[in-house]
Amino acid sequence: MNQRSLVVISAGLSQPSSTRLLADRLSAAAVDQAASLGVDLTVRVVELRDVAHDLMNHMLTGFPPAALKDVIDAVSAADGIIAVTPVFNASFSGLFKSFFDILDKDTLADKPVLIAATGGTARHSLALEHALRPMFAYLRAVTMPTSVFAATDDWGGSEDLLHSRVNRAAGELAREISRREPAVVTDPFALTASFADLLGA
Amino acid sequence: MQFGIFSVSDITTDPTTGHTPTEAERIKDIVTIAKHAEEVGLDVFALGEHHNEPFFSSSPTTTLAYIAAQTSTLQLSTATTLITTNDPVKIAEDFAMLQHLADGRVDLTLGRGNTGPVYPWFGKDIRAGIPLAIENYALLHKLWREHTVDWKGKYRTPLQSFTSTPRPLDEIPPFVWHGSIRSPEIAEQAAFYGDGFFANHIFWPASHTQRMIALYRERWAHYGHGDPDTAIVGLGGQVFMAKNSQDAVKQFRPYFDNAPVYGHGPAMEDFTRETPLTVGSPQEVIDRTLGFRDYVGDYQRQLFLMDHAGLPLKTVLEQLDLLGSEVVPVLRKEFANLKPAHVPDAPTHASLLAAKSSSEVSVA
Repeated sequence: MNQRSLVVISAGLSQPSSTRLLADRLSAAAVDQAASLGVDLTVRVVELRDVAHDLMNHMLTGFPPAALKDVIDAVSAADGIIAVTPVFNASFSGLFKSFFDILDKDTLADKPVLIAATGGTARHSLALEHALRPMFAYLRAVTMPTSVFAATDDWGGSEDLLHSRVNRAAGELAREISRREPAVVTDPFALTASFADLLGA
Repeated sequence: MQFGIFSVSDITTDPTTGHTPTEAERIKDIVTIAKHAEEVGLDVFALGEHHNEPFFSSSPTTTLAYIAAQTSTLQLSTATTLITTNDPVKIAEDFAMLQHLADGRVDLTLGRGNTGPVYPWFGKDIRAGIPLAIENYALLHKLWREHTVDWKGKYRTPLQSFTSTPRPLDEIPPFVWHGSIRSPEIAEQAAFYGDGFFANHIFWPASHTQRMIALYRERWAHYGHGDPDTAIVGLGGQVFMAKNSQDAVKQFRPYFDNAPVYGHGPAMEDFTRETPLTVGSPQEVIDRTLGFRDYVGDYQRQLFLMDHAGLPLKTVLEQLDLLGSEVVPVLRKEFANLKPAHVPDAPTHASLLAAKSSSEVSVA
């Protein structure tokens, strides 16, 4: 089996949160579907709540505290990302946006990303299409065609519909990861041009 | 090894009293601070350059010349001189002039400046920061070494038969340090020319500084200036001391919590763990500073940021007393004991003049 890494970003605030619940459903489905394609997906789940103070400190000081640096490094090295946010005020939460605001601009370039969100009712579902999808397009991520929204209702009675959406999105992500070469992390200290080239530029 | 202080020249309200010094007060204070640095036995005073409030130091060579006139051993430097927005011709002239007035006690640290709005005020574009730093320094380097210069570049008017005056003192250009927090191109530039590299050090974790210095040392050797451990490295540092560690923490906390760069952000305990900031007893400062050597190797210059964040003059002078009496004498001795004989000191005008004289004698 080929080894690949998946980082799951959950911006839920309560514990347990329905955002984390959805994130776990998606990552479990992605692991299963990747396995069927011969890919052994190692999963790291990041609760942004745990690095919330670090995110703000990074914005204020310009460098990430150690725990946040570790998360950024994991995202940079990941072969795929699942990003899940609660919908606040018709968009992603501030905490969710803050995390993507502090990433270097190329971190997500050409990286497969599955987007998902949670909210009280299905009326919030298009936040995925008008808020998350454009942001990831701007970051040049490869966003999966299927995005997954789970409303309170979805956690109730029959969950067939959510189940099928989860599986479809996870399948898209698993196929995208499996057909790609492993992610390559660029060294920020690597020189990209000789000094002669810099002088002659 | 050289020990000294550097100032960013901020005018900040003292959060404990609400007092904001006037520009006049702060400018006179910086002269007092520089003179006191010499009095307590420090080697270097370096002053920043800014063109926006709340900073006063737009014209460092003016201030440094005034300080030079009132000191006798203090090495005068900058932290930093903007190689991007200043005309390299004016830098060549200003610092050669300062060399003559200060009897050679001058070097400078070049930086790009990271304040976006400043660039257009000087007709420049921050997106060209690196190319400006590369081209402008190539010209500056030439102006100090060639009497008559013909030159053409991308970012300023061409020069034909131009001579920068006055010529550097004894035809020896001031030693140059290149400062950068995160651009490997600048470490490369310093290595290419065989110049010094100064790591700001105080705003980023040690692991970051370690990588930058390692790159500079490796490229220094690549360009044939000697083994990696002979490269010329300077580090920033930031300390606040009291005899009793807890007193230092208590006194400094309101200044930390309201400081311009990191105030209202991380807790002081987090920031001291993540960066070289040390708030504690003189012994703690000694131990921490000696520890820098563990990740950058033997180095040549250690500058401390002491006057900032609204600290009153009296406190700054007391801090300098502690630095000069309890910290630096021990650091001098300890660093000297650890340093192998083949690792050079930072070049000064005197050492460069001596080297020049001996090479002229050997040629003759």
